Amino acid sequence: MANLASTFIGIKSPNPFWLASAPPTDKKYNVERAFEAGWGGVVWKTLGEDGPPIVNVNGPRYGVVHGADRRVLGLNNIELITDRPLEVNLREIKEVKRKWRDRAMVISLMVPCEEESWKDILRRIEDTEADGVELNFGCPHGMAERCMGSAVGQVPEYIEMVTRWVKQYSRMPCIVKLTPNVTSILPPAMAAHRGGADAVSLINTVKSITNVDLDHFSPFPMIDGKGSHGGYCGPAVKPIALNMVAEIARHEETRGLPISGIGGITTWRDAAEFMALGAGNVQVCTAAMTYGFRIVQEMISGLSQYLDEKEMALSDLIGRAVPNFVEWQDLNLNHVTKARIDHEACIKCGRCYAACEDTSHQAIWMKPGRVFEVNDAECVACNLCVNVCPVEDCITMVELPKGAVDARTGKTVGDYANWTTHPNNPATRAAE
Amino acid sequence: MPNPLTPGIVPGRLPAEEIAANFCDLHPALGPHEAATAADRCYFCHDAPCVTACPTAIDIPLFIRQIATGTPEAAAKTIFDSNILGGICARVCPTENLCEGACVREAAEGKPVEIGRLQRHATDTLMARQGHPYVRAAATGKRIAVVGAGPAGLACAHRLAMHGHEVTLYEAREKAGGLNEFGIAAYKATDDFAAREVDWLLGIGGITVETGRALGRDLTLDGLCDGFDAVFLGVGLGGVNALGVAGEEKDGVADAVGFIADLRQADDLAALPVGRNVVVIGGGMTAVDAAVQSKLLGADQVTIAYRRSRAKMSASRYEQDLAASKGVRFLFNVMPVAVHGNGAAVEVEFEHTAEGPDGLRGTGERFRLAADQVFKAIGQRLVTDAGLALAGGKIAVDGPGRTSLPGVWAGGDCAGGGDDLTVTAVAEGRDAAEDIHAALMGVLA
Repeated sequence: MANLASTFIGIKSPNPFWLASAPPTDKKYNVERAFEAGWGGVVWKTLGEDGPPIVNVNGPRYGVVHGADRRVLGLNNIELITDRPLEVNLREIKEVKRKWRDRAMVISLMVPCEEESWKDILRRIEDTEADGVELNFGCPHGMAERCMGSAVGQVPEYIEMVTRWVKQYSRMPCIVKLTPNVTSILPPAMAAHRGGADAVSLINTVKSITNVDLDHFSPFPMIDGKGSHGGYCGPAVKPIALNMVAEIARHEETRGLPISGIGGITTWRDAAEFMALGAGNVQVCTAAMTYGFRIVQEMISGLSQYLDEKEMALSDLIGRAVPNFVEWQDLNLNHVTKARIDHEACIKCGRCYAACEDTSHQAIWMKPGRVFEVNDAECVACNLCVNVCPVEDCITMVELPKGAVDARTGKTVGDYANWTTHPNNPATRAAE
Repeated sequence: MPNPLTPGIVPGRLPAEEIAANFCDLHPALGPHEAATAADRCYFCHDAPCVTACPTAIDIPLFIRQIATGTPEAAAKTIFDSNILGGICARVCPTENLCEGACVREAAEGKPVEIGRLQRHATDTLMARQGHPYVRAAATGKRIAVVGAGPAGLACAHRLAMHGHEVTLYEAREKAGGLNEFGIAAYKATDDFAAREVDWLLGIGGITVETGRALGRDLTLDGLCDGFDAVFLGVGLGGVNALGVAGEEKDGVADAVGFIADLRQADDLAALPVGRNVVVIGGGMTAVDAAVQSKLLGADQVTIAYRRSRAKMSASRYEQDLAASKGVRFLFNVMPVAVHGNGAAVEVEFEHTAEGPDGLRGTGERFRLAADQVFKAIGQRLVTDAGLALAGGKIAVDGPGRTSLPGVWAGGDCAGGGDDLTVTAVAEGRDAAEDIHAALMGVLA
C-alpha cells in the first residue's frame, strides 16, 4: 500500500481526500461520520458573521442533471452558508478537532468585505485549534447578492485586499477558494497570490439552471413557481475545473502556488487526474452527497494501487502532467494518426459510420455484412469514431511512422513541427 | 379432490389459485423506471440490425429513444405506423430469433436490449390513455372483403380502412382475433388482451365484422369477387395434420390447437380437464404451448416427442427452455408408430429415428410411453384452396400477396412465403392492403 499521507501547506492529513465546505461538513455529527469512514480532512461549512442566523428556503435546495439510470451527473444548489448559530459551530469544531487530531480541520469563512468583520471572525475562530481557514469567494447564489461569495471572487482587487487582512490578523494557513464564474481564472488566482494566500482551492460551483419545469415554466429548483440560479457541481463540471487548476499550475506567476483541487471528483481516478495537473490535494462534495461517505475507501484503495503500480510516491504524482499542458500552437502538426477498427471487437452498431458520415469527414465505409472500414484518404484522425464507439479499444488511433505518406494529404510524415513555424501561419510570414 | 397423479383426463388437478398463478403474465410489464433503464441500453445503431430482422420493419431505435425521452405515446405511434398489432407482437414474437437476436448487444454481451418488453411498455401506455390513434382518409367508395379476422386480416382491414375504403371482415369463428385469440398460450396474452386489441383496432371505423362466416361453407370466392372491389384472404390453416398411425382415433387423442383454443376460451381453467400423462407430438410453438399449459394445469408427466433433433425444432431455444423450466420433458429423434389402449389411449409406442442421406428413417428400436392424453401438433394445412393456384400446399402469391386470380390477395399462414408468425402475418396483411389500395385507386405501388 502506497503511503497516502499528505501535507498541504503544512496541514497534515492521513490521505489527500478532504470533504469540501458544503452541507456534509455543516455539523459535528456528519464530520465525525466522515472521519470514521476515513476522510483525511474537512473544510467546515462556511461560517458567517455572528448575529441572527442565515435563513434558507424551505423548498427544494437542489436541482439535478441525470444520466442513464438516474445517475447523478450534476447537482446544483441554492443553499446558503451555515444557518446554525456561530457559537454552536465553533464549539463543535473544537470538539471534533480535539477528538480527531490526525485529521485536517479547515474552517471556511464568509463575512462582509470590511476589515473589522474579518478581524472579528478570525479572532473568534482562533480558539478552535483548527488547522487553517478557507476564504469562500465562490458561492454564486444568495450571498453574492449581498456582496459576498463570488461577488468578491470576481474582483481581483477585493480578493487581494481580504487575503491581506486575513494574513495580517491570523497566523493560520489561508486558502482562497475561487469562483469559476469569471472569464479567466488567472487574475483571481494572481490576486490571491499577491495577497499572501498560502494556497488556492477551486473550483467553487458554476452559476447554473439545471432544468426548466415544462408544466410550470419555472427554472429548477422551483420554489412556489419560481426558480433562481444555483451553483453547479458534480461530474459534469470536472473538465472545467481541471482546466482552471492546470492554468494556475502552469502560469509563470502562479506556478508553485499550492492548489486544492475541487470539481466533480468522484473516484480515485478523478483525484489522480487533478493531482497530476497540479493539485496538492483534493476536496469532494457531490460524490459524497450522492453515495455517502464510504466512497473514500475506494478512493484510498484505488490511488494506493495506482501509485504502487506506477512505483510513484504521492508527491511524484502532483503536477506530473503540468509540463504537457501546452498551448495549441505548441502541438506537433506532424503527428499523424489514422483510425483503425478491430473487426473482431466490432459489434456492428454503425455508430462510428453515422457519426463520420453525417457529421464529420465521410472517412468510414460501410461494406456488405456491416463491415466498417476507415478510408485513410479522408480520415483526419478527429477521434469522434473512437468516442462514440460503445466498445472500448475497438477503434484506436494508429500513428503513422516518420517517412510514411499520409494518404489524405499526400505528404510524408516528418519531424516535430508546430504552428509557430508553419508556412500558413501569417505571423511566420510576417517574421520572414 | 383430483391431483396430478389422478388417472385419466380430469379437471382441477391443482387448486384454483395455483392454476391462476400459473397462468399469470409470463413477462410482467415494465414500470416507467425499468423502461427508462432498458431504453438507455439502446445504441441507436445506424441502419439497425433489429429493424432489418423485424418482418414489419418497425423503427426500433426511434421508438426506444422516444421511450427514453419520456414519450412512450410517440413511441407507440412509431410502432403502430409499421405494425398495428404491435401490442400482441410485443407479447408473442419470438424476439430471440428476430429483433433481440439481431441486437448488437446480444453479439457484444449476450444480453440484448429488451425490445419486446419496451414495445409492450409503449403500446400499453398509448392503448390505455386514449382512443384509437388514427383517423381515416376521405371515403373512396371502394368496398373490400377481408376473409379471416386473424393477424393478417386485421392488419389488412385496418390499413384499408385508414385509406378510406369500406371493409367487411368475415370470420369463420364466433369471435375475431384468429390465433391471437385462440392459438397462443394464455400466459402470453393475459387479461383478455387479444380481444381488447381487436376492439381497439376496430376503433378506426369503416370495418364491419361478420363472425360465423367461413369461406367454403358460408361464402364463396366467386360471390365475394362479385360483391366487392377486391378480396383479401387471411384464412389461416384450419386443418390439422394427422399422425397416420394405428390407434389415432382413440379417446384422449386430440389436436393441440383445439386444446389451446378450449383453454383460451375457458371461463374457469380449474374446470378444464387434462391428462395425468400428457404426450405432445410435434416440434413447433403449438407443441410447446400445449405442453407447457398442460403442465400448468397440473398434469404429472408432460413430454414433447419430436421426430428430429433439437436443432431442427421450429420452437425457439427460448421456448424450449421455458418449457423445460416448467417441467416439460423433451424426447428427440422419436416418431410415434401406434397409440395403444382399450378405447382410450393408455400408451404411445415410439420408434427411434436417425437422419440419413435418404432422410429420416426408423431405427427399429421401439419403446412405449404412458399417455392418457395425446396432442397432435405436427403442422396445419389449408382447408380450402377456393380454386386458387397453390405452392407448397399454400396459396401461391406474388409480391405483396397477389394470388393467381386478379382482384384477390392473400396473406398470413394460408399464403406462401414467410414464417408462420403473427408479425409476418401483420406485415403481409399490411403490404397487401397497400397494394390493393394502389390497384383500386390507380396509383403506382
